[in-house]
Amino acid sequence: MINILSYMSIVAIPTMMSIILLHGWIKRINMYDAFVEGAKEGFKTAISIMPYLIAIYIGIGLMRKSGVIDYLINFVKPVMTFIGIPAEILPLAIMRPISGSGTLAVLSDILNTYGPDSFIGRLASTMMGSAETIFYTMAVYFGAVGIRKSRHTVVAALVSHLASVVAAVIICTYFFGV
Amino acid sequence: MNVIWVLMIFTGIVGAILTGKPEVINEVVINDTSEAVVFAIGLTGIMSFWLGLMNIAKKSGLINSFAKSMKPITRFLFPNVPSNHPAIGAMMMNMVANMFGAGNSATALGIKAMEELQKLNNNKRVVTNAMAMFLVINMSSIQLIPLTVLKLRADAGSNNPSEIIITSILATSVSTIVGILACKIMEGKR
Repeated sequence: MINILSYMSIVAIPTMMSIILLHGWIKRINMYDAFVEGAKEGFKTAISIMPYLIAIYIGIGLMRKSGVIDYLINFVKPVMTFIGIPAEILPLAIMRPISGSGTLAVLSDILNTYGPDSFIGRLASTMMGSAETIFYTMAVYFGAVGIRKSRHTVVAALVSHLASVVAAVIICTYFFGV
Repeated sequence: MNVIWVLMIFTGIVGAILTGKPEVINEVVINDTSEAVVFAIGLTGIMSFWLGLMNIAKKSGLINSFAKSMKPITRFLFPNVPSNHPAIGAMMMNMVANMFGAGNSATALGIKAMEELQKLNNNKRVVTNAMAMFLVINMSSIQLIPLTVLKLRADAGSNNPSEIIITSILATSVSTIVGILACKIMEGKR
């Protein structure tokens, strides 16, 4: 099962490439010209997202390295423990939406402290595999097209993140026991 | 974004001063900015690659027919996006790349999708329902093999690093569904 999935992961991109090229071949497109024409846009896009990336990297970097996140964790701890989320994984749950590399450091710390096969270790791994960094993704995607007002995006994303945390706790309790 | 950003910077600065390490601020300003540039430059290659391939698929009509076959799903998720619009194709390819953990390819295709969605936007500075939905799905999306997690678990000496795959997929499915519902409830009309 795992081998099949990991093989699929490796061949997914080559498969998409082959399908596109084969279809183009059948339809007799001048593929070389079409590719180069499309690829030109890549530079423009990369340059245009740069200022937004710099802005969000500074924001996230300051939050993370100044220790603000640690305060945030202490602040919401009572609420989270009340819902039934173990205090040990709180740093991960709070860091996850903010910073990708930050979360990896936290996860690695948790795995080494509690052991990867402990309940906390398994729970942390599950949570890590089930969410993405919200603020960073928003900055890149909105930045690329110049969106300023995000309306309900942040709230919906945070609700979805909270759901993934709660779901991870319930599912892990069911699968692995406490 | 304005409020969030200023809040992040301000609490960061105040926090650094209160915890007695203001030197961190300078460090962040120097290092993290160059990290951002390096990332954007690094993205250029894969971005160009996918935009090139997408252009082929657009000209051959593949994107169009692919988008049409996805109509039942996309009509529910993105009711304001015509089912033959190039945005649909880009969004679907982004989801596939995400599922297979091809992070940078997914980002490239996602940005392309946002550009296409922006063409349908009447007010270019305000997010549309389709964009919000796309982002929320994107951020909570399923990854079949969370490679980095597996590697960290193996490094920490786990007996069975991959036992968390099923639980991850289940948890992420819940979060995707909740995200979609949250969007649908909050979006109103636009």
